[in-house]
Amino acid sequence: MSPASSVLEHIRERFSDHVLETLSFRGDDTVVVKRDALLSFMRFLRDDPEMSFDFLMDVTAVDWLEREPRYEVVYHLYSSGKNRRLRVKTRVPDDDPEVETVTGIWKGANWFEREVWDMYGIRVKGHPDLRRILMYDGFEGHPLRKDYQKDLRHPTVPSLDFPDPEKDVRRVIKATDLMRGSGREEGAQEPEKD
Amino acid sequence: MAKNDSSDGLGSPILLTRFEKVLSWARKYSLWPLPFGTACCAIEFMAVVGTHYDISRYGWEVVRFSPRQADLLIVAGTVNYKIAPALKTIYEQMLEPKWVIAMGACATCGGFYNNYSVVQGVDRFIPVDVYVPGCPPKPESLIDGMMMIKEMIEKGEPRARESWEEKWKERYEK
Repeated sequence: MSPASSVLEHIRERFSDHVLETLSFRGDDTVVVKRDALLSFMRFLRDDPEMSFDFLMDVTAVDWLEREPRYEVVYHLYSSGKNRRLRVKTRVPDDDPEVETVTGIWKGANWFEREVWDMYGIRVKGHPDLRRILMYDGFEGHPLRKDYQKDLRHPTVPSLDFPDPEKDVRRVIKATDLMRGSGREEGAQEPEKD
Repeated sequence: MAKNDSSDGLGSPILLTRFEKVLSWARKYSLWPLPFGTACCAIEFMAVVGTHYDISRYGWEVVRFSPRQADLLIVAGTVNYKIAPALKTIYEQMLEPKWVIAMGACATCGGFYNNYSVVQGVDRFIPVDVYVPGCPPKPESLIDGMMMIKEMIEKGEPRARESWEEKWKERYEK
């Protein structure tokens, strides 16, 4: 057994009301935090001199399907000054799949959060540019959800499998459209003006 | 010998076939490939163009990234629904006569990806003349595939493009 992590202890002291769970397994520290406290907790992680997690390495999500709450959004943090890592999770229910954006704390969260929206359909409140990032316009649904129908296709060109463009092809995209970038998705918010 | 009754003296059908032969001889030694590289197959393609395998032995080394200047489209890698319109546009922009090689498992049938994003073979939406198996194929395999194209040109074999409409109609009417 590894000794209790000082980072986790410090977090438990400061955020006892908001931390649901902490876990330390073979040197990997994990904190599960309440969704309401996510932003203040993240800001603390970046700004507190004991913490100073200055680098957001990754944001992703997990769909547990049968669990309640159904989703977990996972943040991986790194402190370059202290050479430490921390995993922060927050749980999101199926009937209100939304988290607040951390782009105000780490700018690099922008594209990660778009991916979370695109793949899992978890809305990111306050995100400056919430569009799909990997899938194309005309794609419906969020393919990494565990209940996504596995043989569902959204063809973009008429093909032998989908010969009738009128009927089968959701929207035929021109190559130039791809380069220009596409319109905003539902749930997107206008970027704030500086 | 057919009767020659044209005034320019070139109306004989024998002359015409010879012209075709000369043309195909020139064509088969000067294929300009366009690599549509989206995955590891493209790395193998680089090896084929490189000095060790050296396709310039056959006169095929002039790799063109403009569809207007290429006669052989090599689809090397996974093609998903997002990029498919781009590939179709590139194919349509190529000038006749044109040939297509589907290189590797992904381009021929989707490979091990059968999911929401990957087209199950580029022959679903563009006609393919030669399929090269492998994941990725060895450089020798691709050269073998190109040799088949060369043979097709030499013998004047019909391209997949010519029976493509039929195939489409058949599928559509089903």
